[in-house]
Amino acid sequence: MSEQRDKAEKARGRAASLGADLDLGQYSREAEEWGRIKNLSHLHNDARKTATLVGVKDDEGFRCGTYFQLDHSVIFESVKREFEGKVEIMSTKEALERYDWVKDYWWRAVQVDTDKYTAQAELNFDNGYFLRALPGAKVTFPMQACLFMSQDGISQNVHNLIIAEEGSDVQIITGCTSLGLESGLHVGISEFFAKKNAKLTFTMIHRWAPGVDVRPRAVAMVEDNATFTNNYICLNPLRSLQLYPTAHCNGENSIANLNSVLLGTGNSEMDVGGRVILKGRNSRGHVVTRCVAKGKTRIYARGELIGENECRGHIDCRGLIGDDANIYAIPMLDGLVKDCELSHEAAVGKIREEDLWYLMSRELNEDEATSLIIKGYLDPGILGLPKELDDEIKRVAEVATEEAL
Amino acid sequence: MLKVENLWVSTDGKEILKGVELAIGDEETHVLIGPNGAGKSCLAMTIMGIPIYTVKRGEITFNGKDITTMPIHERAKLGIGLAFQNPPVIRGVKLRDIISLHTKKVDDILSRAYLSQEFGGRDVNLSFSGGERKRSELAQLFAMESKLLLLDEIDSGVDIESMELLGKEINSFLSGRSALIITHLGYILNYVRADKAHILLDGKIALSGKPDEIIPWVKEKGFKGE
Repeated sequence: MSEQRDKAEKARGRAASLGADLDLGQYSREAEEWGRIKNLSHLHNDARKTATLVGVKDDEGFRCGTYFQLDHSVIFESVKREFEGKVEIMSTKEALERYDWVKDYWWRAVQVDTDKYTAQAELNFDNGYFLRALPGAKVTFPMQACLFMSQDGISQNVHNLIIAEEGSDVQIITGCTSLGLESGLHVGISEFFAKKNAKLTFTMIHRWAPGVDVRPRAVAMVEDNATFTNNYICLNPLRSLQLYPTAHCNGENSIANLNSVLLGTGNSEMDVGGRVILKGRNSRGHVVTRCVAKGKTRIYARGELIGENECRGHIDCRGLIGDDANIYAIPMLDGLVKDCELSHEAAVGKIREEDLWYLMSRELNEDEATSLIIKGYLDPGILGLPKELDDEIKRVAEVATEEAL
Repeated sequence: MLKVENLWVSTDGKEILKGVELAIGDEETHVLIGPNGAGKSCLAMTIMGIPIYTVKRGEITFNGKDITTMPIHERAKLGIGLAFQNPPVIRGVKLRDIISLHTKKVDDILSRAYLSQEFGGRDVNLSFSGGERKRSELAQLFAMESKLLLLDEIDSGVDIESMELLGKEINSFLSGRSALIITHLGYILNYVRADKAHILLDGKIALSGKPDEIIPWVKEKGFKGE
């Protein structure tokens, strides 16, 4: 571990290759320590409501367990009794202490010296969640995790580890959000491991404040016949967001789906990518982005497929531009062998007048027609979630979209 | 119900309608025929208020109210419903989203237009066949319960069997309502009884009369009676 620390020290000042370079010194490392709660209903009312808006259910209905972190403190972890022996949920600090083997996964997918944010997560480590589906576990209810920031001006540097063991099938929903923040920095390292024949679906909803900066760093390792799906939804304004999740489809017949649904309003700057490295024979990768930029938002929608073996992949990016906003769609295909089939389609532009007129002929005024088109554009239905979770996420997305518009 | 007086309309810098006169009374069904490019769709779109059609002169009144410059949605709220000849594909907006703006009985409306429930969950007009688009248009008008139906080429792209079923539905829906049916091929007139027919030629109503006199005459002699 000290080797990782040395690397982090050296990368302490390294700017990321993308996104605004943030001065990490501007964020406080002092955060109040919060005590544990017995159940989520003991959360402060406002916090509970805010968590609900990112898909974290306080009654844990239709969930198999929960991880809840408030600022730097882990305040709640649980696995429902009927799911014991199928999943494990705890803080990564606890996992590192409990299992010697966890260190073999630590900084294995994400490189600690990638940039100053990965370095900060090592040097100023504020916990994070360890979510694991045990071998062969088919978990019908999702695990949920919440990373909550409540103290103005702090940085929260979490390091998450998500493992779907061989033959497991698991859904995870995570909500990252804040309450009462004028500024703050959320750094989230997420290392995913989808083992042989596993199916791991990870849906992350972000809901921040206009002064918050967000720098997730996520990498997934996908083994033979495994499927990894990463859904990212961000529909509320923030100051800046830069992430470029990467999936290594190392295994034969492995699949990675990276989907993003973004609504930028105000002065938000969103730089969201998705990269799939197709190394395994017959591996497949899909990068799908739906984005709407309004106000003075700038959205960079990046997609990258790297075909290193017989494989297939497709990038699909669509963006709607309104007001004085900009969208930059940047698809990239690297075909490194002749047997790869990679393609992309990207379209950005304003809402077509003929679509508005059509909906207006159905009795909607122009604003209502615009809103319906935007909501449709950002429909989480593209994420391919199971019906119950799909309905739930749709409701969350609808509230966020209506609020933002 | 609808009165169009001396209507001159241009689009894209080109004059299309050149003094159209048309009056449709309560519970009357009129049929408008004419060659391609005569301005039939232009008239329907102008009555609906689609902004690319600019009214240069003339007036449109609906139930005595001047609607010539009224926004589209207000016309729709007054009871004017247009079944578009070429409705747009709107990705992400489901047919169900539109129908449910007007009624909770979405599935009933769909089945009335001979569409399965599955269509409700599809992006409107995306990968719909020609006939399915027409049914979707009708379903939306059924839901809105429009008082004046502007049916633009509702019979094109629909096979004969479907037309028979749809024709019957349209006929029963028309009871108590008014309609302007634009048709190129005239199939729909086998199922829907029209009170009056008009021939639109070069942007003007060239001839009006009883459908059972005008339609056979056109079939025999062509639109220009040559």
